[in-house]
Amino acid sequence: MDLYDQMMNLDRRWVYLVIGLVVTITAILPFKVPLYITPEVRSVYNFIESLEPDDVLMIGVDYAPEVMAELHPMSYAITRQCFSRDIKLLLCCLHQNGPGMVEQVIAQVSKEYDKVNGEDYVYLGYKPYPGITILAMGQNFRIPFPEDYYGTTLDSLPMMKKLTNFDDIKAIINISGGSGTEYWINYANGRYNAKLAIGVTGVMTSDYYPFLQSGQIFGLIGGMKGAAEYEDLAEKGGYISREKDQLWAFKSMPIQTTTHIVVILFIVLGNVGYFMSKRKKYGKYEHP
Amino acid sequence: MRRSVPLLIVSITGFFMLIQYFIPLEESEWLYERILDWIIVIGCFAMLLGLWSLTYVSVNKVKRKVPGWGYNLVALSGLFFMLIVGFVPGQESLVRGSAFMHLFEYVYIPIQASMFSLLAFYIASAAYRAFRARTVLATILLVSAVVIMLRLVPLGPLSGINQWLANFILTVPNMAAKRAFWIGVGLGATATALKIMLGIERTYMGRD
Amino acid sequence: MNTHDIIFNGIAAFLSISIYTFLYKDNPLYKFAEHLVVGVSAGYFAVILYYNGFIPKLIEPLRQGKFEYIIPAILGIMIWTRFSRKWSWISRYSIAFYIGSGAGIAIPLYLQNYVIRQLHATMIPVGFSTWQLFSNILIVVGVLSALFYFYFSKEHTGAFGGVAKLGIWTLMIGFGAGFGLTVMGRVSLLSERVVFLRDYLAELINYIF
Repeated sequence: MDLYDQMMNLDRRWVYLVIGLVVTITAILPFKVPLYITPEVRSVYNFIESLEPDDVLMIGVDYAPEVMAELHPMSYAITRQCFSRDIKLLLCCLHQNGPGMVEQVIAQVSKEYDKVNGEDYVYLGYKPYPGITILAMGQNFRIPFPEDYYGTTLDSLPMMKKLTNFDDIKAIINISGGSGTEYWINYANGRYNAKLAIGVTGVMTSDYYPFLQSGQIFGLIGGMKGAAEYEDLAEKGGYISREKDQLWAFKSMPIQTTTHIVVILFIVLGNVGYFMSKRKKYGKYEHP
Repeated sequence: MRRSVPLLIVSITGFFMLIQYFIPLEESEWLYERILDWIIVIGCFAMLLGLWSLTYVSVNKVKRKVPGWGYNLVALSGLFFMLIVGFVPGQESLVRGSAFMHLFEYVYIPIQASMFSLLAFYIASAAYRAFRARTVLATILLVSAVVIMLRLVPLGPLSGINQWLANFILTVPNMAAKRAFWIGVGLGATATALKIMLGIERTYMGRD
Repeated sequence: MNTHDIIFNGIAAFLSISIYTFLYKDNPLYKFAEHLVVGVSAGYFAVILYYNGFIPKLIEPLRQGKFEYIIPAILGIMIWTRFSRKWSWISRYSIAFYIGSGAGIAIPLYLQNYVIRQLHATMIPVGFSTWQLFSNILIVVGVLSALFYFYFSKEHTGAFGGVAKLGIWTLMIGFGAGFGLTVMGRVSLLSERVVFLRDYLAELINYIF
């Protein structure tokens, strides 16, 4: 096997080792990465900035631990911004392994801002069949959720006295790691004209630009970069603090930078090996 | 009876839900809400099928002592321990700080997050092995991917141009491509739903 | 960090590293963690389903005298016959109810949101006087050519084939963008874990010394 063949056919464990080393070294020696704020992230931030105290925002948190790296920072930043501005939150989870993720966020952030369950926020909990649950919430929140996550009847919660369905909330922000986003777009916005913004994983981001352009969603926070952009905005707005270690996505950006460089270099390496090997095999002017 | 009645149920409920969308009558809204409510209840029972299947398969493997049965015992132990710490304290177990939530935060989250983080290694390896500019189409894909990946790399004076180019790719050609994809999905889903309601598509019934 | 956090985060760190041992090769430590999470996630979901599903949607209504909920309960129990070869036909009734409702709901909404509204958003002003108008030309041409590509009932030859070729080029740019974002997505999962392990190690050293 000559050099070019070796360049093309490295054992995958060398690739793993290089990636592991790059990530570890960058984690130990981080650096600041400039961030460009995209309009689709800024529009979500600006919308929440435009809300008045006591306005109700719904957050549909539909993700499980496997994608929390990208989506948890969004949930925390948005929740902190809302509670700082005394905006009331209505939360639900339509992913079967996600209720604990919402509980993590709301238990921690409500404590930071002395927010009371039932008065400043309500966590509806989980129900199966997300599409059906969203349609039912569009009629009345009490149809799918007669009780909240903690077992309290919705009608006994002060915040829920003025809330019947999507018409009574300012907007929905869906933070999702799977197909939940399609249900919110199709059913909440499609049937009930609920104002909707989404936060999705990097894998899903490119799929939802058509809905942004058509106006079906008013904002799109895409992946960890989107989360870092949102955290940057929230930090400048005074809602989260670097000193309190509240910029989770932002502090992972250096690792993103170095790993992306390494992946690009590996792609270049593989292609150089491929073309040089082909040239050597078939000659400079001959092609198969 | 075994096939004709379910087909009739599919058609009747399907056409009712379709027509109900266009008829804002109080009576149809009432029935619509009842159907949604009942489907959620049915869903709760349906979700238990997966749990039962996992338990049944694991118990069988432990009983027959197949190779690796010890790991199935670990799975069953995890399951039963979660059930105990979940049900014994009551609904308070769902609150952060409980033993149930401790298992969720310090066992489930780290394992699940770590398992999916292995994908970072696999995608690097896959990109290295498979991403070859063999054809014009592959080259277009490669260039587009590299421009998007370079968004996260500070390129000094070229950063502004790259950000603009990446934004252009996402909001124009990528958006156009994904729009065509969603239109295809919408038409396909509509056709499949119609086929189901008309009884042409029957795979959901399984075999006799 | 206090002793509680040191111990429990230590368990989390140990389990994370157990998973990473798989990168070298499959081993008992990885298999242990893998099977543990399967059991724990199933148990977690069962408890959530009981408290968030069965209690508020079935047990409480029945306790309040709303006996009409017996009907969906019976339909739900009928689904369990799926496991029996002799009685699995009974589950078809419940499944038919759900599938039929879903199909009926899907038709107007999928057509409206994925077809009509998307086509409506493609009917945009075009021109050459500003960059936005020119981009709109690219959007319209891109969407139409990609739709041409997806039409497989006619052979992709001649002018039709030329437009379809433009469509596949548009699709390739979209897939490339998707791949680039996928790399970011996957790397972010790893970066979070590494940052957690780094922070835990720093806290552990701080705690011990």
